[in-house]
Amino acid sequence: MEIIMSVIIGFLFAGAVYLMLSRSLLRVIIGTGLLSHGAHLLILTMGGFGGDAPPVLTDGVTDFVDPLPQALILTAIVISFGVTAFFLVMAYRAYQELETDNMKLLKGNDEYD
Amino acid sequence: MVSVLLLFAPVAAALFVPMLARRVKAVHTGWFVLAVPLLLFIYYLGYLPSVSDGRTHIAELPWIPSYGISFVSYIDGLSLLFSLLITGIGSLVVLYSIFYLDKTKERLGNFYVYLLMFMTAMLGVVQSDNVISLYLFWELTSISSFLLIGYWYTRDRSRYGALKSMMITVFGGLMMLGGFILLYLMGGTFSIRELIGMAPELVQHPLFTWALVLVLLGAFTKSAQFPFYIWLPDAMEAPTPVSAYLHSATMVKAGLYLVARFTPIFAASELWVWMVTSIGVLTLFWGSFFAVKQTDLKGILAFSTVSQLGLIMSLLGAAAGAFHAEGAAGTIFKFAGFAAIFHLFNHAAFKGSLFMIAGIVDHETGTRDIRKLGGLMALMPVSFTIALIGSLSMAGLPPFGGFLSKELFLTGMLSLRQLDLFAPASWGTILLVAAWIASVFTFIYSLYFVLRTFTGKHKPDELPKQAHEAPAGMLIAPGILAVIVIAVFFIPNVIGKWIVKPAVAAVQPFLFDSPAAVDVHVAAWHGGLTPELTMTIGVVLVGLLLFWLLPKWQGLYGLAPEALSLNKLYDASMYLAEGGANRLSRTYMGGLIRNYLIYMFTGIVIIILGSLVAKDAFAISFEGLSPVGPAEIGLILVLIAAATTTLIARKRLTAIISLGAVGYTVALLFVVFKAPDLALTQLAIETVSVALFLLAFYHLPKMSRHDEKRKFRIGNAIVAGAVGLMMSLLAMSSVSQRALPSISEFYKETVHSEAGGGNIVNVILVDYRGFDTLFEIAVLSIAAIGIIGMIRLRLTRKEDGHEKQ
Repeated sequence: MEIIMSVIIGFLFAGAVYLMLSRSLLRVIIGTGLLSHGAHLLILTMGGFGGDAPPVLTDGVTDFVDPLPQALILTAIVISFGVTAFFLVMAYRAYQELETDNMKLLKGNDEYD
Repeated sequence: MVSVLLLFAPVAAALFVPMLARRVKAVHTGWFVLAVPLLLFIYYLGYLPSVSDGRTHIAELPWIPSYGISFVSYIDGLSLLFSLLITGIGSLVVLYSIFYLDKTKERLGNFYVYLLMFMTAMLGVVQSDNVISLYLFWELTSISSFLLIGYWYTRDRSRYGALKSMMITVFGGLMMLGGFILLYLMGGTFSIRELIGMAPELVQHPLFTWALVLVLLGAFTKSAQFPFYIWLPDAMEAPTPVSAYLHSATMVKAGLYLVARFTPIFAASELWVWMVTSIGVLTLFWGSFFAVKQTDLKGILAFSTVSQLGLIMSLLGAAAGAFHAEGAAGTIFKFAGFAAIFHLFNHAAFKGSLFMIAGIVDHETGTRDIRKLGGLMALMPVSFTIALIGSLSMAGLPPFGGFLSKELFLTGMLSLRQLDLFAPASWGTILLVAAWIASVFTFIYSLYFVLRTFTGKHKPDELPKQAHEAPAGMLIAPGILAVIVIAVFFIPNVIGKWIVKPAVAAVQPFLFDSPAAVDVHVAAWHGGLTPELTMTIGVVLVGLLLFWLLPKWQGLYGLAPEALSLNKLYDASMYLAEGGANRLSRTYMGGLIRNYLIYMFTGIVIIILGSLVAKDAFAISFEGLSPVGPAEIGLILVLIAAATTTLIARKRLTAIISLGAVGYTVALLFVVFKAPDLALTQLAIETVSVALFLLAFYHLPKMSRHDEKRKFRIGNAIVAGAVGLMMSLLAMSSVSQRALPSISEFYKETVHSEAGGGNIVNVILVDYRGFDTLFEIAVLSIAAIGIIGMIRLRLTRKEDGHEKQ
């Protein structure tokens, strides 16, 4: 399972990078979303999928899934959500002010092309 | 202790100068400043008796004791000679500047602050025994010289000259610092005296040659040796008192001081003798040859300074050469060191007076262009007399000090022929011939300087001002220097005993163990036709002939193309460095985020894949893996499908929806992988995120509302594929090579007993690792506040609104 997940994570990363390199700002942010999914799954995979039960104490169960990666991912999800929300509003404001979402046009200096 | 603090006396006095310049308008600020160098001069005179007996004085003020760095005032013959020059000529220059600079038109406060700063720096350079504080003062001379050259900062030429001198001397200063650090690495001490004591061991060290070359670079740039002399002619844009003080008598001699001071360490190296001597002779020749080309009075003097500095440098090389000659103390080798110090003293005297005369001519006629001047002898008799004394001394004629030092110089150069360091042996002769030719040119430009200015036809129409004699006060300082020039001829051995011999003993400790041991007796007439005298007569005869024919061959200088000159080379290299750096950064700093991302991703991929290959770190193992179930396979297929849709979607809406699908599939994967809290959070957050994406999508501007076709870009795809491959390989390797078991056993065992909870993930979040959660809350708050700020705060809009009203 871990090997298969490694391949899937690589695929998510590749897709994320491809999207981040594109011209439209929205696609760049979609790329970052994909990237954070990849990263979260990576943390979970690296923790291993061993264990029988969810990490909640239940009578008669001793073999739990490793809880630490889950705690880390939970933190990461919330943080990436905060950042994504911020980016999205920033993109929204950029649309409003600059009236474009083309990364080629969103450049600081007119001198360069 | 006191003598260390006295180093800082000028700069401390400088603190009061701006106040005096502003408050006391009636008196020229220079009168207050004059007291500082004068008192110091008298103080240093007091050292003469004991130093000429061979005693040295040392005082130390710790600065950074843990690194062995301190301010040291070490007074021996060499540093006392320089200290006297600095304070003595400093006093005269201040006196001269009182009459030269106008009290109302010039910003005197700035001038004297810079000048006093320079004085401290220069005293520090010559008295420092600690190389680090020597370097500190060395750079301070560069900085104060920069400020003084750019004193009239509204002129382009001043700023250009200041920048050029700064670039070149600071380059040399940094090289010198490198040399000092190497010396420290070799000897383990910053003290020059201790390094000199270790000289025999240092010579064996592999870094020795590097230290030698670096220290020499510092000395050559500061003392305007070939090819670094180019800053000195441009430094002539400074006010004339500055040119007289810094660029003839003191600062340019800092390099000579450095060479003299380090001679006891480096003389054992043949490379040192060879480089110092030949660069010195080359500079001597080059400077004297091109001095005749100049049409500006100060330009002539600048090239003459370059040439004379080369002369002293070559003598210092010969003095170091004495280390290699058997029984040098008894032969003519002993003269080289004496000649160097003696000429250094003479040059400071006559060059200072000549600069002051050039300043007087400029001041009283309004021009320094030699083509417009002429026939000033009758109008300015006193200036003419002083100029004549200075020039003839520079040319090396009796009865002036320059004659004696020129004779000694020729003796020193003759001694080089007997030195067997030079292979082929004819090198010594070539140097002697070059030195002789240079003396001829020195003779020519000395006459050229004085005769073209003061004799010939007076051209009053071309002069901006009515020419007349300078005020008496302005003539005092050059007058005193002229008297010294003559006095040196008649009492050379008095000066030799008190000033020169202690310095020679410091430069050549391998020859003489005390000043009294320097058995050089200077005489104007050796009672016969010595080789030196024959050469001098030759110089005068050939020089007179060539000067008479000057108009016939001066056109020769026009032949060398201007584009090949060293100045053009400097300008071109500056332009190339600036323009080249600009073009280089334009090629990769295009302003497009995509390109920067490509640089970053490519860099990461190369580093990580490279280290995977180089360290043979990739491994894959199928042991201990968890089984693959049908639910997982199904979800993974959905995930792949959704992610692919995101990539190939033509409409933004499709991409957003499929990103949502990816998120929900990940949530389901969390369910399958037994992570209930993650699944809940992921579901909730994905929903909010998709809503936000839709909001951003809805507000897209109309102009790009039409969905452009997504072009497939092969470059992007390659980079993306490489990043994906890298992540996959990394993940597989790390899963397959787990080194240590998880620490989670502790959490599982103690979650109830210690923390009193049942949900292990939640207990980790709020109890075991509560700090993470605290700051994650902070992140969310900051994001929320930031979003509110972005939406509410419309500063640009407000400004626009005001403009419209």
